[in-house]
Amino acid sequence: MLCNVCKQNEAKVHLTQIIGDKMQKVDLCEECSKEKGVGDPASYSLAELLLGQSLPADEAAPEAAAVPETETKCPTCGYTQADFKKAGRFGCSDCYVTFADGLSTMLKTMHKGLRHTGKVPAALQQAREAVQKLKTLQKRLEKAVAEENFEEAAQLRDEIKRLKDKAPA
Amino acid sequence: MNIHEFLVPPAVFCQRTGPQDRIVMSSRVRLARNLRKLPFPAWAKKPDRLRLLEAIQPAVESLPQMQPHFSAAMDDLTPFDKQILVERHLISREHAAKGAGSGFVLNREESLCVMINEEDHLRIQSLRPGLQLKACWQAIDELDSTLEAKLDYAFSPELGYLTACPTNLGTGIRVSAMLHLPGLVLAEEITRIINAANKLNFAVRGLYGEGTEALGNVFQVSNQMTLGESEPQIIERISKALNQIIEEEENARAILLEKKPKVVFNHIGRAYGILANAHTISSKETMNLLSLLRLGIDLGMFASLERSQWDEIFLLTQPAHLQKQFTEKLGADERDIHRADMLRDRLRAVPRPLPPKS
Repeated sequence: MLCNVCKQNEAKVHLTQIIGDKMQKVDLCEECSKEKGVGDPASYSLAELLLGQSLPADEAAPEAAAVPETETKCPTCGYTQADFKKAGRFGCSDCYVTFADGLSTMLKTMHKGLRHTGKVPAALQQAREAVQKLKTLQKRLEKAVAEENFEEAAQLRDEIKRLKDKAPA
Repeated sequence: MNIHEFLVPPAVFCQRTGPQDRIVMSSRVRLARNLRKLPFPAWAKKPDRLRLLEAIQPAVESLPQMQPHFSAAMDDLTPFDKQILVERHLISREHAAKGAGSGFVLNREESLCVMINEEDHLRIQSLRPGLQLKACWQAIDELDSTLEAKLDYAFSPELGYLTACPTNLGTGIRVSAMLHLPGLVLAEEITRIINAANKLNFAVRGLYGEGTEALGNVFQVSNQMTLGESEPQIIERISKALNQIIEEEENARAILLEKKPKVVFNHIGRAYGILANAHTISSKETMNLLSLLRLGIDLGMFASLERSQWDEIFLLTQPAHLQKQFTEKLGADERDIHRADMLRDRLRAVPRPLPPKS
């Protein structure tokens, strides 16, 4: 079997990548695998997935690799896609926003779900609960007004005001 | 106070017991946390890392749960100090390799410790003997909740705690237990168990974590997925898997004893023979033979040897702990000789193993 990239040497490195329900196979010779940085298979596939560009196993491979990438750079820490490709790790917490494209494809292969359902810092949790409570009160107020239940409406208005005063912003 | 004065002596450390500690050597929960908008340790330049350490270390030191504590910058610890900490499982081998800009804070009980600027800004760990994952989680949850009021954590409502490596994203939690599984290894069932654990998305690693060998038949089982499940759910799921592995190990031991008792006694008897009589022995051979000795204790073949004594021998024969007993710097060959001397001495009063009375 010949290398997919140089098409000259015997392929010694065989990568199988499963994205969703599609399987792709890439066969590389030792030299090309080194050149492509396929030392650590884990970070390699992560990077490919994150960048949303898996190695095409067809004829287009060499040309596609030659096209220079338009580099996205994290405005907070200066991290680039190339850096991620190399390290398999991000530069700072804002990189999750900078490199959001393709992130969920990668996360799907790693985790049970795409949404955090665990612990939330208390301050955030309280703020969240306050917002929720405010919404409920607003609804009850609208209902009370609609039903011309003005005594309850007045009470609710006071409560909403108190809540808003307590939590600025 | 230096780290050696702070750490409890191995003889005391090894008195600790916990539920299921016949098979489960220890439990651990770690959380990965980072500060918002600041470069992760691997990407941060040295001045950034130093500033981060300056901000994080005092916050950790001030926690009520960490009183009293030992706290140090990694460049203030010698390679020897760090190796001692690795052998006690208090820091990772990766953290031991860090220098200026990284730090370490440990509480008196050695049950909570924080690595600063390892792969993430904070790697908080909670450790207990035996199988105590829930207790580990409670302790670390409380510590983390106190700390979040002092530090500006990187947190996204959707993605959870933001970590340097996306594999830790979400809860940032790694729950793990260290298991002694000689029965499954002898019965050649261990590969099946590892594959089954992997299928459930649990990682099985060696004694010192990532990329290490399962010396002494000790395996670390941990969760891999951190996003999309809550911490208690993850703990529940891994606890179920661990209980199954424990049951499989007990079964494997029972079946071996029933079907191939001579094979088991032969292994244990030979292990005792070498450990009690060798004049030079490597740390690797020691660990593998000590594993069989421990199996013998579990099976009731050593009436006068307690598991705590075994724990102490296991720890004291590790390279840095062995070196610690000598003032002069030992080479590898000398260490092997001293290790054998120590083992002969420790096992002198231990009578040879007898088949268990059934």
